[in-house]
Amino acid sequence: MLAELTYRCPLSCPYCSNPLEMSGRDAEMSTQEWKDIFSQAAEIGVLHAHLSGGEPASRRDLLELVAHCAQVGLYSNLITSGVGLTQKLFDDLVAAGLDHVQLSIQDAEPESADHIGGYRGGFAKKLEVAGWVAASGMPLTVNAVIHRANILHAAEMVDFAVRLGARRIEIAHAQYYGWALRNRAHLMPTREQSEQAYAEVEARRARYKGRIVIDHVAPDYHAKYPKPCMSGWGRLTFNVTPTGKVLPCHAAETIPGLEFWSAREKTLSACWNESPGFNAYRGTDWMKEPCRSCERRLEDFGGCRCQALALAGDASATDPICSKSPLHNLIGEIAARESSEKVEGFAPRRIAPAKIADGV
Amino acid sequence: MSEDDFSGDSRPYLLRGVRLKHDQVRKCWVLLAPERFLRLNAISVDILQRCDGAAPLARIVAELAEKYKADQAMVERDVRALLAGLLEKRMLAYE
Repeated sequence: MLAELTYRCPLSCPYCSNPLEMSGRDAEMSTQEWKDIFSQAAEIGVLHAHLSGGEPASRRDLLELVAHCAQVGLYSNLITSGVGLTQKLFDDLVAAGLDHVQLSIQDAEPESADHIGGYRGGFAKKLEVAGWVAASGMPLTVNAVIHRANILHAAEMVDFAVRLGARRIEIAHAQYYGWALRNRAHLMPTREQSEQAYAEVEARRARYKGRIVIDHVAPDYHAKYPKPCMSGWGRLTFNVTPTGKVLPCHAAETIPGLEFWSAREKTLSACWNESPGFNAYRGTDWMKEPCRSCERRLEDFGGCRCQALALAGDASATDPICSKSPLHNLIGEIAARESSEKVEGFAPRRIAPAKIADGV
Repeated sequence: MSEDDFSGDSRPYLLRGVRLKHDQVRKCWVLLAPERFLRLNAISVDILQRCDGAAPLARIVAELAEKYKADQAMVERDVRALLAGLLEKRMLAYE
């Protein structure tokens, strides 16, 4: 379970997976509401609680929520930018039973990293936080999203994570949803850059065998087959948004006409098992050709529904990333058109100011 | 640390952030780790419950061979296979 505790975040990464329209603090669930959801999650068999955001440290009740996760037996993972954590809060989180920290990095060098994250001093803060985690003995994962502005350093980021004492690194080539889709023309690398970065990162596996585990998310637009998005829609995992919506993934609400339920109004079990939105693309019955008869249908589950909608205009179509999709040629065209070796300014992620009612 | 110098005297243990849990919903034992969970069979549970950083590999093997009335060499091969996989996944270490 991914718990997006808040959309508030001091950073403004241009590839953020949060939606373009984000609710602010006033709409967020209360401490008690979150605790109740974590209790229900443990009861229905959830094993991991990934505390995310936005920046989860922006919530003043983070410590209380982590302690509650530990109490009900959930494995807790703090997914953080590091900004907003203090040594005191971190020590308290450790004492409360936090299991794991996942720290994002924007690049392996300070100037570029702070530029991408839109936060001066962010890189230095991350070094500090990584030091606390390493000293505590708690497992550390470093997460790096790869795109045009940092792709030349992809493999260096693995070296950097090893120096930070991380046990695991996620090298995730940008996935184009939300803010990343908005900024795609600024983020898309060239095919050559993608292939070279991919190979260089792969070569680090042997070098660091037994020292760091590399989880490598391939660059979608330069792939032959689609990713098994979320390991299948509504199959293993779900997200809860800051306002309590229970979703199969970050972008599910971009698909019009799907009805998802709120954990504020229904039980978590009902949201997961019975909401029409979750059942829309569960299993394989919804599939059309070429997915329906494909031998890979239980391997990649037809790819990503949100991407099928965004690129093929039909959420139940084969994800056009797949080379078997009749629209696959589009992907090459988009990637070629939008990729360049230049890095330009991107639209920084931010929570829009509250709208003023029409006509006032 | 690699499986190459993992000897009978090595005392394996699960790294911090890696733990065994009996899952009441799935009615089985699981190994929880960062972003991973492994469903465990009864023998794997028996092995991992003994990986406490105090028991050397040789003793773990002897105990299990006794418990399962099995050939020591075969048990050692199974134990090493499980532990080598966990070493590589950075879930286990040894003294």
